[in-house]
Amino acid sequence: MSLLTLQNVSRRFGAVTALNNISLSVEPGELRAVIGPNGAGKTTLFNLISGFFPPSDGNIVFDGEPITAVNPAVLVKKGIIRTFQITEIFLDLTVYENIRVAVEVAMGISLRPWVNAAMRARVNARVEELMEIVKISHKADKIAGEMSHGDQRVVEVGIALSRHPKLLLLDEPTAGMGDEETNHMTGLIRSLNKEQKITMLFIEHDMNIVFGVADRITVLDNGTMLAEGNAREIADNPRVQAAYLGQAA
Amino acid sequence: MNTQASTIPGETAVPAKSNMQQRLPLLVLGIALLTVPLWLPLLGGYTDLASRVLIFALAAMGLNLLLGFTGGLSFGHAAYFGLGSYGTGLMLANYTHSTLLAIVVGTLIGGAAATLLGPIAVRRRGIYFSMITIAIGQMFYFIAVRWNSFTGGEDGLTGFSRQPIHFPGYTLELHSTQFYYLVLVCFGGGALLLWTILNSPLGHLFVAIRENQKRLTFLGIRVDVYIAISFAISGFIVALAGSLDALLDNFTSPDNLRYTLSGNLLIICVLGGMRNFWGPLIGAFIFVLVQDYISSITQNWMTVIGLIFVLSVIFFPLGVMGFFRKRSRT
Repeated sequence: MSLLTLQNVSRRFGAVTALNNISLSVEPGELRAVIGPNGAGKTTLFNLISGFFPPSDGNIVFDGEPITAVNPAVLVKKGIIRTFQITEIFLDLTVYENIRVAVEVAMGISLRPWVNAAMRARVNARVEELMEIVKISHKADKIAGEMSHGDQRVVEVGIALSRHPKLLLLDEPTAGMGDEETNHMTGLIRSLNKEQKITMLFIEHDMNIVFGVADRITVLDNGTMLAEGNAREIADNPRVQAAYLGQAA
Repeated sequence: MNTQASTIPGETAVPAKSNMQQRLPLLVLGIALLTVPLWLPLLGGYTDLASRVLIFALAAMGLNLLLGFTGGLSFGHAAYFGLGSYGTGLMLANYTHSTLLAIVVGTLIGGAAATLLGPIAVRRRGIYFSMITIAIGQMFYFIAVRWNSFTGGEDGLTGFSRQPIHFPGYTLELHSTQFYYLVLVCFGGGALLLWTILNSPLGHLFVAIRENQKRLTFLGIRVDVYIAISFAISGFIVALAGSLDALLDNFTSPDNLRYTLSGNLLIICVLGGMRNFWGPLIGAFIFVLVQDYISSITQNWMTVIGLIFVLSVIFFPLGVMGFFRKRSRT
């Protein structure tokens, strides 16, 4: 059974059709890239899946349950976690504090006005574990707002992981990063998928990353689905070539 | 790494400090506050002045839970201060001779009001949140002014005084010095409560709200509910301070409900440093002392406060405590 299925999903904003009749499914364990020129509807697709707004038409099914027009807070509890195109973290807090608050939310203890030592230790262990996974432990005491863009992105992924996502949506995880940061993020995406077995959907513009990392690729153009397949199929697809090269020409 | 120690996230404190270094200032502060009646007269002060500093510090620290640590700019916390003071005054004037019961009832009335009204204000954000808090606050002000027969109207509420507290075999007369220690106990209790909360998951969440509400929403948190909780807790503490204020002067007036008091509490927080746990105590110290000394020279003491406020916002945007305790950049 697919983890995520979209059936004939459309989204209109007034007269503008941002997404038109999209159907796709994501299998458990898949690492799926979503690509397409600017304005293709990639972020709109993420907004629909994460419940930011409901589709105008069509159905979305996650883990066997319909989630069309379910609000974000509920979807988070079902295991759909996203990051944003613009990094959303707690800028004045340290890396450790950023991830700690996310861990406490995930443990469901955020209403507690005090904690005992045992609980503190459990939280601490989980925070350390997450910082290990995203490889940011050495910067635990840095203020997030004073770190590089790439490090902030990594912190955001750490926050997202705290909730044990079944489906992780990454919106342009490497946008605006230097080579080294991009390599770190790419390695992270691969290890989260292969080692932590997290199903992922990511929007990406860098074709080297897309072709190097993704199991399958979905191509959007102008709100419609242009193609879907593995790297070879997409690279050879004449319609995809036209969409990208046609733009360049 | 200092990640295990109890530090409030986002506070303008230096992280990597030993326990001794962290506790020494607290120890000094504690001893200084405990010995106030011994040294204050030597400096020309009087004990009631110290009580007033602590009462305003307690109120401002309560407000600061919402303002500095949750990021909610309330312009109406005088309402809860005033309700606390009227609640206590009316109890002693009409219903009881127990000072402690009067304090408890005053605190509960003010706190309950904040608990019930907070959820209305948190439906909006930013400037609209502030406007709603002012409106709610002024509502109580006008009730107190108009309801002459019960509240004493514009003249304020008189006809009550703090009563001796009887323990088995001992009676606390609650003269100035003893009352100071009662205020100190309440202040210490309030500070301990706030400190505990800020070092708990609940407190961590409050600070996260200040930092990024969108992120929390997408972690599945209903931000409104938590701002309302912060609002309520802060209301209870402000109400306790208000109730002590009524006892300090054996008097309360609509001024204790008015938006100018809300503004003064905000000034105290900003002056001392609203990102810092003890900032409001420093702010209250400066505010009350300036008020006391300058008002004996000129009626326009607010001008001096205003000048200090403007200068401090320009030169120490993080307040006095923020100036002395810049965050380290490791």
